[in-house]
Amino acid sequence: MADLLIGSDQANDTERVAVDGIVEGYGPARVEEHARMVRGGGQRRHERRHLLLPALHALQHSEGWISPGGLNYACEQLQVPPAEAYGVATFYEMFRTDDPGHVDDVVHVCVDGPCQVAGAAQTIEALKAEGKHVHASPCLGQCERPVAQFIQGRRRPDNVEADAFVDPAESVPQKGDPGLRLLRRAGRIDPTSLESYIGAGGYKALAKAFERGASDVVEQVVTSGLMGRGGAAFPTGIKWRGVAAEPGGQADPSQPKYVVVNADESEPGTFKDRVLIETDPFAVIEATTIAGFATGATKGWIYIRGEYPLATERLENAIAEAHKAGFLGDGIARSSFNFEIEVRRGAGAYICGEETALFNSIEGFRGEPRQKPPFPTTNGLFDRPTAINNPETLVNVLDIVLDGGDEFAKIGTETSSGSKLFCLSGAVNKPGVYEVDFGATLGDMLELAGGVVGDLSAVLLGGAAGSFVTADQLDLPLTFEGVRAAEVSLGSGVVMVFNTDADLNAAVVRLAEFFRNESCGQCVPCRVGTQRQHEIAVDLFTPSGNAARVANPAQTFDDLDRVMKDASICGLGHTASTALRSALDLGLLSIGDNEQGGRE
Amino acid sequence: MSANGHETPVSLTIDGQRVTVASGSSVLDACTEAGVATPTLCYSENLTPVNACRVCVVEMEGSRTLVPSCSRQAEPDMVIETDSERVRHSRKTVLELLGSGVDLSQADELGQWVTHYEADVERFGAGRATMEEPIRIQDELYIRDYDRCVLCYKCVEACGDDAQHTFAIAVAGRGFDARIRTEFDTALPDSACVYCGNCVAVCPTNALQFKTEFDLREVDNWRPEEQSVTRTVCSYCGVGCNLELHVQDETIVKVTSPADHSVTDGHLCIKGRFGWTYVHGA
Amino acid sequence: MLWGSNAREAHPIFFHHLMKGLDNGAKMFSVDPRRTSSSKFADVWLGLNVGTDIALANAVARHIIINDWHNKDFIAHSTEGFDEFAAAVEPYTLERAEEITGVPAIAIAELAEAYAKAETAQILWTLGITEHHNAVDNVFSLCNLALLTGHVGRWGSGLVPLRGQNNVQGGGDMGALPDKLPGFQAVTDPESRAKFEAIWGVPVPPKPGLHLTLMFEAMATRELKAVYCIGENPADSEADILHARKMLGQLDLLVVQDIFMTRTAEMADVVFPASVAWAESEGTVTSSERRVQRVRAAVPPPGEARDDIEIIGALAAAYGSVWNTQTPEELWDELRSLSPLHKGMSWDRLEAEGGIQWPCPSDDHPGSPFLHGWLWEDDLGGRGPAPFTVVEHEGPKEQLSEEFPLRLTTGRALDSYNTGVQSGSLNSPIRYGYTIDVSPADAARIGIDGGETVKVSSPRGSVEMEARIVADLAEGLTFTTFHFPELVDSNILTSDAWDKKSGTAEFKAASIRIEKLKETVSG
Repeated sequence: MADLLIGSDQANDTERVAVDGIVEGYGPARVEEHARMVRGGGQRRHERRHLLLPALHALQHSEGWISPGGLNYACEQLQVPPAEAYGVATFYEMFRTDDPGHVDDVVHVCVDGPCQVAGAAQTIEALKAEGKHVHASPCLGQCERPVAQFIQGRRRPDNVEADAFVDPAESVPQKGDPGLRLLRRAGRIDPTSLESYIGAGGYKALAKAFERGASDVVEQVVTSGLMGRGGAAFPTGIKWRGVAAEPGGQADPSQPKYVVVNADESEPGTFKDRVLIETDPFAVIEATTIAGFATGATKGWIYIRGEYPLATERLENAIAEAHKAGFLGDGIARSSFNFEIEVRRGAGAYICGEETALFNSIEGFRGEPRQKPPFPTTNGLFDRPTAINNPETLVNVLDIVLDGGDEFAKIGTETSSGSKLFCLSGAVNKPGVYEVDFGATLGDMLELAGGVVGDLSAVLLGGAAGSFVTADQLDLPLTFEGVRAAEVSLGSGVVMVFNTDADLNAAVVRLAEFFRNESCGQCVPCRVGTQRQHEIAVDLFTPSGNAARVANPAQTFDDLDRVMKDASICGLGHTASTALRSALDLGLLSIGDNEQGGRE
Repeated sequence: MSANGHETPVSLTIDGQRVTVASGSSVLDACTEAGVATPTLCYSENLTPVNACRVCVVEMEGSRTLVPSCSRQAEPDMVIETDSERVRHSRKTVLELLGSGVDLSQADELGQWVTHYEADVERFGAGRATMEEPIRIQDELYIRDYDRCVLCYKCVEACGDDAQHTFAIAVAGRGFDARIRTEFDTALPDSACVYCGNCVAVCPTNALQFKTEFDLREVDNWRPEEQSVTRTVCSYCGVGCNLELHVQDETIVKVTSPADHSVTDGHLCIKGRFGWTYVHGA
Repeated sequence: MLWGSNAREAHPIFFHHLMKGLDNGAKMFSVDPRRTSSSKFADVWLGLNVGTDIALANAVARHIIINDWHNKDFIAHSTEGFDEFAAAVEPYTLERAEEITGVPAIAIAELAEAYAKAETAQILWTLGITEHHNAVDNVFSLCNLALLTGHVGRWGSGLVPLRGQNNVQGGGDMGALPDKLPGFQAVTDPESRAKFEAIWGVPVPPKPGLHLTLMFEAMATRELKAVYCIGENPADSEADILHARKMLGQLDLLVVQDIFMTRTAEMADVVFPASVAWAESEGTVTSSERRVQRVRAAVPPPGEARDDIEIIGALAAAYGSVWNTQTPEELWDELRSLSPLHKGMSWDRLEAEGGIQWPCPSDDHPGSPFLHGWLWEDDLGGRGPAPFTVVEHEGPKEQLSEEFPLRLTTGRALDSYNTGVQSGSLNSPIRYGYTIDVSPADAARIGIDGGETVKVSSPRGSVEMEARIVADLAEGLTFTTFHFPELVDSNILTSDAWDKKSGTAEFKAASIRIEKLKETVSG
């Protein structure tokens, strides 16, 4: 499209092959049809920009970093300006743009939450002593098995070693319990087999959806009272109704509409979607297809964490199998409904769990959130109407379609219908993903997870963006209305348990650091606010800090909290100080331990 | 917009005052209409709002958070407060955050707002992280002093699809470590830069400066209050770009273009921006 | 359709507007022998052989006609000569056009279809169309396409020649044409002359003067013995420059009025140092889109330099004629009283509105964003229908030969301008200097590398230049700018052929040979 100036650094053969593999199928952005006829233009360039993220993954994978030559080659093929591509590459934790000087795998070690408590620092030292290349990583979504590790492979698949010998269903201690709804198939079917899925009732919901018709499916979801399970708790049916009402999509595929599955599960302490996808991937695919049918969307995109190789593999397998069997593609199940699903891997950025940042990430731009309004239902992915849902939310739809919204609404409480997955981690005897009908209390959950190991100090409810609660809140009902009344949040269902042995000061400083590292940098309150919050937390709550440097810490934290809540663009900034504030308010932190240990 | 395509004006309330603005106007436009001055940093009338700086936030009835006035479209019957305690608090704290990490000494307009809101840029304590970037002087036309950069994205937009479509620079990195960069920090003359100077023209903090200005500042001889600004037409191609010649001591020291001119929208090319040296026989 | 224009570099801010259109979904075709930076924005680039524009345009026309995509209502109502035109383009089949132009038939067909079927479409051109020996015919060939499809005289559609200089349009407005008075009124028209004579108080000669190229011919025959040259540097800018310098050298009197001591000024008997029009003087200029805008003095002129108006006035006084119109505003008001196109543009309005596009016949007229709207009026605004003009492909005057097998074409670079007298002092970090662009295939054949100094010869002379290998350049084509005459006289190479209708020289199509310089024997 443009007269791009691409530098003189050349890609090597490996890098070329890597990029070509991604561009294949779409064709490059510029085509020389003849020595005197070249096709280019904005249209082709825009249609290919979304290949940038996969191309960067391919480059990183091929050489262990994104070299100037490799970047140039990708830019040439996709007609992306190199400066923009570099801006995208440097946005993600999993990419590096400097030569690592080695060609080995890199072990990412989680330093958040339970992994921090379980000794991540020592693990890192031990791995380094073994001569491994280690990268300290934010939460890897394996909180039930600390200290979590993820291996970024060079020229071999990324992997999680634990996956090779631990059945993901082991992360579901309730597996086989007849009361389970979302997890009913976990550990009971072969997650790689469509046949096995169908044998367990799979694809009945899609057939039922066709029978009901699109608008009835939407109305059933509205009636069900289903609320989004990703953290924002927005009514799913209302979202779908909005998208269904927009023009285009199935009625006019030249004006597409989309369903996006937000499987970028990056909230520290959250691993439910990973377990759900790893144990029952076809359910996610079927539910996404139903969402497409109901909203009139033409295509589904699943955006999954880059650190989830097994879940990614299982989704891709499920899509291929569903395609073979006619559950995806043109004329699904002999209907006139055409639908495709494409999987996109994230590359390590918490912010990409924010829906509009996720769109930008898929589109090949920096994962920076967009201002809302306009909302995704009218201006979503590629600026088209988009229904974006969490995997757990979507899987609920299967039962809603089969049993009707009224039946679903009877489960749980009046205003929190259905069941909920909770991620129990930290100081409990049986960490894992638990499913309960809405109404269970915090104490019930701890009991379900085998009780607290040692003496309970605090529970981080809702993840890094959530709040601490203490032992006197064990009868807190974990329902939307219950947490609202207590001015806390369910978030993505995180119940991270700290006992009295855990260093809460360190945990809170790490939370502040997490937000500082994960802020996209777009808006001032969050970009600088998270930085200052972390600096002050270090000064106040670590032995090496200088508490005297901060004139009025309580006021300062309060002001940072307010400005980030009031003036940040997105939820990351809005919640970046919530956990810290709650810990302060509950008196969980010991300020001033460090007055002697000050530094200049 | 009504069915026949004619746009209906929008009436809303700003600080208790009813104002009417054209459909498609922003809340910021409505504030201006109401005679309310609003601090802005990343906003420019010739660029798409990126709403990154958040100094223009206002309180809107029914909204949980404050809203950026520059990028929020005015809607009928909105009730906006621009000087509530919440608004003052956010604007003040945003200015404090900016000032704590960035050298705002040449951001004249912003400095006035720092005073207005009594923002204390020292409050976070000494020795806090700042931008910490060396001055980049890589040619005779620009300098880049990112110590002064507030990451307002204006330069990126002016270089990119809001005007020049050259895309020589972008935001790289993340969070507090984000910086404006060419790819791999390639020196500007080796990058895609075509030296239109549109990035420099939109920079609100003097992080980007014309070398002429920088050189005069270095010898303490930059006297904007004494400069005359004369509007004329570029002497090169036939497009008719309007130039504003900034003259000090009978010498042109800077060339800009009015942002509200329909030919340029404030943007120029290398010839119009820098091709004046012959006037002084250079 | 961007045809023979590298607006991205030659008209950068115009191109901003074009890019906005592209961002909003407009489709763009670029017709240019080179895949220029402008062409890179195009959905389709058509790389035609230099000087084959008419063949391409006629083939586009034929393809539109045989597919019945032409605008029959518009043709019937607003044009004449369609049948002759249709018959004349009939031989320009896609196949024949491909043979002549080098552009594949499918590209021509695609262009024809897109242009004909577009709701609105514009043809934009620059010197790629006009710096040819058949410049006017080239322009007619594009006008024919607009008449064929009705893409003219409507908002969003039209024919857009992009002017290369800030006031080349204004020069025309003010009558700096051999056959026109200010406001494009013919000198041959007694009524027009009478109007001017009444104000000026002197008779206006009814005979059209000579355009630049004819002036040089008249110098050769000694019909023209004295030249007063204002703001032009023909000793560097003329094609076949050695000849031009010889002509200037044999004049009896050469007076040059300029802001620079140009090569032409150095040859002059008398030099009037002038002030810089746009920074040291008051006045108006007219841009490409007929927008009249004010220029203003921001700095005082150096030394003895004086305003052009003052110099000419003083010269008149020396001849014994005292002019009473002295200020720019007074002169402007005189123009308004004589030129209906400018009548409504008062000095105050120009100040207040920033610029007005002519025609602006009255004080309350807003100015005209486009011309030829009358084509769509029921009575054609009282005019006759617009004629199709039959034009035939000729090709460049200077054919390639065994001795000079390469085609040389010329153009501008982004950071430079014409002969470099203005842009030369700009310390541009992106200037690549005086180079000749060569395709990789030709470079390999000749055995030269990028950066190597080579000998470039045309039938008129030889220069040494640095070769730059450009991957996008078609085999057989070479390119250079004309910005650095003090370094390389590239106009030694350019052709002396010129268009009898417009007087424009064929800068765009010379034949050359490139040779490796003999290796320097060292040590």
